[in-house]
Amino acid sequence: MTTHTHELIRLTAAEMAAQLRAGEITSVALTQAHLDRIAAVDGGERGIHAFLHVSAEEALRTAAEVDAIRVAGGAEAEALHPLAGVPIAVKDLIVTEGQPTTAGSKMLDGWMSPYDATVVTKLRAAKLPILGKTNLDEFAMGSSTEHSAYGVTRNPWDITRIPGGSGGGSAAAVAAFEAPLALGTDTGGSIRQPGAMTGTVGGKPTYGAVSRYGAIAMASSLDQIGPVARTTEDAAMLHELIAGHDPKDSTSLTGEVPALAETVRGADVKGLRIGVIKQLQGEGYQEGVLARFHEALDALRAAGAEIVEVDCPSFEYALGAYYLIMPSEASSNLAKFDGVRYGTRVLPEGGPLTIERVMGSTRAAGFGDEVKRRIILGTYALSAGYYDAYYGSAQKVRTLIQQDFDAAFTEADVLISPTSPTVAFPLGEKDDDPLAMYLNDVATIPANLAGIPGLSVPGGLSDGLPVGIQFLAPIREDARVYRAGAALEKLLAQDAEPFWAQAPELAEAAAHPAGK
Amino acid sequence: MTDTLTDASPLSFEEALEQFDPVLGFEVHVELNTKTKMFSSAPNAFGDEPNTNVNEVCLGLPGTLPVVNGRAVEYAVKLGLALNCEIAEYCRFARKQYFYPDTPKNWQTSQYDEPIAFDGYLDIELDDGEIFRVEIERAHMEEDAGKLTHAGTSGRIQGADYSLVDYNRSGIPLVEIVTKPIVGAGARGPELARAYVSAVRDIVKGLDISDAKMERGNVRCDANVSMMPKGTTTFGTRSETKNVNSLRAVEHAVTFEMRRHAGILAAGGTIVQETRHWQEGTRTTSSGRPKSDADDYRYFPEPDLVPIVTTAAWVEELRSQLPEPPADRRRRLLAAWGFSEQEFRDVVAAGLLDELDETVAAGVAPAVARKWWMGEISRLANARDLEPAALGVQPATISALNALIEQGRINDKIARQVLEHVIAGEGAPEEIVTARGLEVVSDDSGALTAAVEKAMTENPDVVEKIAAGKLKAIGALIGPVMKETRGQADAGKVREIVLAKLGIDG
Repeated sequence: MTTHTHELIRLTAAEMAAQLRAGEITSVALTQAHLDRIAAVDGGERGIHAFLHVSAEEALRTAAEVDAIRVAGGAEAEALHPLAGVPIAVKDLIVTEGQPTTAGSKMLDGWMSPYDATVVTKLRAAKLPILGKTNLDEFAMGSSTEHSAYGVTRNPWDITRIPGGSGGGSAAAVAAFEAPLALGTDTGGSIRQPGAMTGTVGGKPTYGAVSRYGAIAMASSLDQIGPVARTTEDAAMLHELIAGHDPKDSTSLTGEVPALAETVRGADVKGLRIGVIKQLQGEGYQEGVLARFHEALDALRAAGAEIVEVDCPSFEYALGAYYLIMPSEASSNLAKFDGVRYGTRVLPEGGPLTIERVMGSTRAAGFGDEVKRRIILGTYALSAGYYDAYYGSAQKVRTLIQQDFDAAFTEADVLISPTSPTVAFPLGEKDDDPLAMYLNDVATIPANLAGIPGLSVPGGLSDGLPVGIQFLAPIREDARVYRAGAALEKLLAQDAEPFWAQAPELAEAAAHPAGK
Repeated sequence: MTDTLTDASPLSFEEALEQFDPVLGFEVHVELNTKTKMFSSAPNAFGDEPNTNVNEVCLGLPGTLPVVNGRAVEYAVKLGLALNCEIAEYCRFARKQYFYPDTPKNWQTSQYDEPIAFDGYLDIELDDGEIFRVEIERAHMEEDAGKLTHAGTSGRIQGADYSLVDYNRSGIPLVEIVTKPIVGAGARGPELARAYVSAVRDIVKGLDISDAKMERGNVRCDANVSMMPKGTTTFGTRSETKNVNSLRAVEHAVTFEMRRHAGILAAGGTIVQETRHWQEGTRTTSSGRPKSDADDYRYFPEPDLVPIVTTAAWVEELRSQLPEPPADRRRRLLAAWGFSEQEFRDVVAAGLLDELDETVAAGVAPAVARKWWMGEISRLANARDLEPAALGVQPATISALNALIEQGRINDKIARQVLEHVIAGEGAPEEIVTARGLEVVSDDSGALTAAVEKAMTENPDVVEKIAAGKLKAIGALIGPVMKETRGQADAGKVREIVLAKLGIDG
């Protein structure tokens, strides 16, 4: 073995893949190194708690298979996917046969899916060892991962702070070197905003680019599965792996998967028109965030990009429209959780055991407050007499936002904004203020409403906390966000300490056996 | 405050119509006979072990997504065309949301304000040949629910000891055909109801898009009835009798509801807008659940499905594939079979047109086929309180029975017995005749001649009359011969033997 365990986990996924291919390391060693890391930093009172379930045995079995194929050589070894043997973590909203799927909810405590999500089928076919399932806000409803029924996830850059959400588990796992890659889902920013909070690269593909089959739906017309990684190249490789048409998802796009990793490797921004969205800066954005954002613009301009300002006046209504469409669809999607067929069933106390009362008590006990809040909002918005005013109007706003993007993309090839108005906030800070929490997604939501691709890349630190820079591109032009993101990543790395070298050392749980 | 009168004795049908005019409306659900379900690849099959024809999609498991069955859309378009409907160029599915355990997602994927077919009509031929046009509001696609079985005395979910759910039916493709309000049927309302449902059944059968077996629930009718005072035009409050599953039940349910409404209205009462359940045993309806127009299903467009777009070329291609419309077919068959108008209408009214057509196609003369279906088979069906077509008699059986008669191997009376054995599941006519030794007594062994001789010896007076030229008297010998041969003698042969014995030239 040429690389020490401690260094092994700090490689990029692309480097891991290259060393596996070259026979310099084994997948078993690589997978074990990550399992060791998880054991060291994930548990305990001060642990990251990115994982809800760790599947060591299954991951090592897959790793051993890959190693055996590589040792045997020949056509089968040749045919291995470039990422074969590189471990990955999966957001616990995505169903996996043989591993529990909870969606971060008590409602699905102990539930085992009898089928794999399409993206999981792809991971298995490509032989990526699945380390386990990562924490999230219950049913992906939240921006801090504090709404998980199974406890909070901590930000590896500062364990007193949130890792973002809903995909805080996947982002924190990657940022804490517990996994080189992870899958997330992004309905209003749940990949990109945690990306910004944890310094990870988070991609939200064009709606339909990645099959949603097996991602437990929050808002069907907004949800999209995407990659979480530490570099744009790693994210691009994973994005390519999971993308492609799926006959099981009617909203899945047909057509070729773009060559994203290749785009990343040759990325430069010379001549690229980058549009700064007037509405996504200024008031409400922290000074440190804006400082990093303007440095990013300067770097891009210096590298030959043309920076223009674009006006998206309807963005003012994006948050409002989102908080009608998302809860409306969620209220419907979550109706199936009633205790009749699977998952948690809670019998009512006293009174007759009628089906209505069993459903009612199950939903009362099984769902957390944020989920109930959104079900109530959505049920109200879809009710007869209110539908046109709420859901109907929100759909019109959605069209206006798409038109704003269409207009903006005549003036710019990609758009840029801070991913989130703030850096990671302290755990518990917005507990009593759901609206303040919702505002954290103001910059990420428009992309979901329009179905366009987005990518958050680290733009440096503000007081030791990561700042995310978001790129957006037209539908099916995912390659553009990777081109711009990779270029910025490269520019910011020039003459600077490598970004990931600045990540703080994490206390090892073994040394702090708190709670044991 | 006084209670509103909501119940009273039903009037007689005649009394009801003296004071009121009925307004009818029908929602007919047709289960399509596609290989797989509406939105999943699970099999669409009837009668299997509960919860075996299911997969994660039709069970609505977390993470699953629907995919539209293209064949079901094709069938729905064909049905729309056969109902003279416009076909939507663009339409969407919607979620109809309500919590009920037969619906695994707690919403039914249906169509709301964008049905695939709309604005059609069907010309219904009544028993006397009068044509009544029923306007079709819409025909839309949706999925069936699972089947609930409530254990306990109530038979309903309220008060059941426990309830079982079979999701085999969950997700089977349905087309729901909704009529516009039908005004002006008057006393012929019940007859029209039956004829309409029968016509829809004939159409879906002719299109081969449904197994069309009402007793299996392939075609189910919800009958809406209201009554308005004669001479007025404002519709009364309606009731909706759910899942009436035979033609005669449709007729009876509409009759009863017309009488019930009239009784309540005549007594100054108020009709409760509600669903009703058809009670076959008493031929009455019973109260179901209140149903207000304000029932809120929180419909919204199904975001997991893309809109359905039909091209004019495709629709026209499907139109060109439509079979002969049932009305045209009836005219053709009437001419071909040479029945009287009345005879033909009786066949149609009995729902036996297909059976006759197939029997004739199997080589049986039309008049003979009619005699079988309208005679013996109808009699046997009546005795069992079934539709004749539901008895399960195959055209091939009639063809086989007829051949046996023509070959002189059985007589009409034996043939009727054989038919009963066929219905009892004993096999094909030929097998039954052999197994039960029912073949007419031929005279190979002289048994028939012996029986005739015995009868002649025992009835000398009859023989004398015959010898004197009263050939009709031979009939008096047939009885004793039949008795001797246990009914298996061929009457014609008996006559031949008698005449031969007496040296009379027949």
